[in-house]
Amino acid sequence: MDCIYLDNAATSWPKPREVITAMKDYQENLGASPGRSGHRLAIEAGRTVLDARIALAELFNAPSPLDIIFTKNATEALNISTLGLLRAGDHVITSSMEHNSIMRPLRFLETRGVEVTVARCSPEGELDPEDIRPLIKNNTRAIYLTHASNVSGTIMPVERAGAIAREHGILFCVDAAQTAGAIPIDVERMNIDLLAFTGHKSLFGPSGTGGLYLRKGLDREIDPLIMGGTGSRSEFEDQPDFMPDKFESGTPNTIGIAGLLAGVRFVMGSGIEAIEERERGLAFSFIQGISSFEGVTVYGPAAAVKRIPVVSFNINGMSPSDAALFFDEKYNIMTRPGLHCAPSAHRTMGTFPIGTNRMSFGFFNSDADVRTAIEAVGELHDYKNQ
Amino acid sequence: MSLMARDYSFLLFKSVSHALSAEIILKRHEIPFKLIPVPKQISSDCGVCIRFSPVDNERITGALSCAVDIDRVVSAGCDTIFS
Ligand SMILES: Cc1ncc(COP(=O)(O)O)c(C=O)c1O
Repeated sequence: MDCIYLDNAATSWPKPREVITAMKDYQENLGASPGRSGHRLAIEAGRTVLDARIALAELFNAPSPLDIIFTKNATEALNISTLGLLRAGDHVITSSMEHNSIMRPLRFLETRGVEVTVARCSPEGELDPEDIRPLIKNNTRAIYLTHASNVSGTIMPVERAGAIAREHGILFCVDAAQTAGAIPIDVERMNIDLLAFTGHKSLFGPSGTGGLYLRKGLDREIDPLIMGGTGSRSEFEDQPDFMPDKFESGTPNTIGIAGLLAGVRFVMGSGIEAIEERERGLAFSFIQGISSFEGVTVYGPAAAVKRIPVVSFNINGMSPSDAALFFDEKYNIMTRPGLHCAPSAHRTMGTFPIGTNRMSFGFFNSDADVRTAIEAVGELHDYKNQ
Repeated sequence: MSLMARDYSFLLFKSVSHALSAEIILKRHEIPFKLIPVPKQISSDCGVCIRFSPVDNERITGALSCAVDIDRVVSAGCDTIFS
């Protein structure tokens, strides 16, 4: 029996064939370090990295490819956006649905004199953007908001929050780990100053890829977390002060970036709206299918348009980890139980500390996968209700 | 440095990302140029630069202005550098 992979919110799998081919091609035919030496292979490797910036800039409607830096994941990008930017005395606002990749750096900064206000969301994970306004203070430096929750699947009101930030002259940082490649993102229209993305989820790149878009000029206000060789300005001992080198010390993950480039091209070739529609359809069929079982609670907003294809649910009297083991052993379905690195989101939903079962659908899942998943939940539910 | 080098001009950039961004634009404008390792006589940096014929000077700077940050232009026949 083939395995049914419903853990796309953790990382997408399988990857498009083009991604594997691009990585293999890079390693077999290029292999050099971009930006380090002047020879042909190094230049070609540099072109691959630049092509990836160009593709991502187009995807996010960023003004210039050099506004994008590569990191090893969204977590590193969010750490640059917090630890690199905030100083004692700054105040920031975030939501109660955030992942620990934003919560932990902010909680750390709290111990260093940064003030953090968490805007409460509804149990469905929804944030009323107008709730942000009364939280703004004279020293509010930035708003940090996830584009969509990795637990409830709720899509956050990024565009309206961005408008409020702009109105008050506050920086707006968006965690697009769950949405880059899955739903449209426009940094101009959404007023996004910092956009953290990961490469290995809906952009279909390999693990170890991700990045950060920085609005022009903002790089001057942010310190790099890592310094070292960049291939540029080698005669100087101080860190370059220009994009993208300021934030890209050390030999980059070029093979990963080659794969990410192929992944982004796959997304653009398939059409992001088509991907969104397909995935939304899968998730909604699943939600409809399991909602009819008594004792099954589905979390997150009811409306399909308000969510990404991440579905959290619980079966009355059944722990998520027991259910996940059952799904794996009996149905070959891969899921993720528990707290999903987001304790605050689970507190908001009322599912802390037990957590939930999470099935997250991807572009490569079939209608048959959804039917099997519904059947699996149905069998567990019958068993609990005997 | 050979006499040949005197006959060319060079565009230097802060980093390879900028040099390769310039490459894309110059190709689009069909202006002849060559991407080469930065000659030691010009800079001790280990990156690449764009070598071009002085006759294309204006077209090149025109095409790149506002689009890519140019760090330095080294003009043909610059004896202080090619000594
Ligand atoms: C909402 C959200 N933010 C941030 C992250 C962190 O992404 P990464 O593990 O690629 O750094 C994830 C996924 O793990 C996520 O779901």
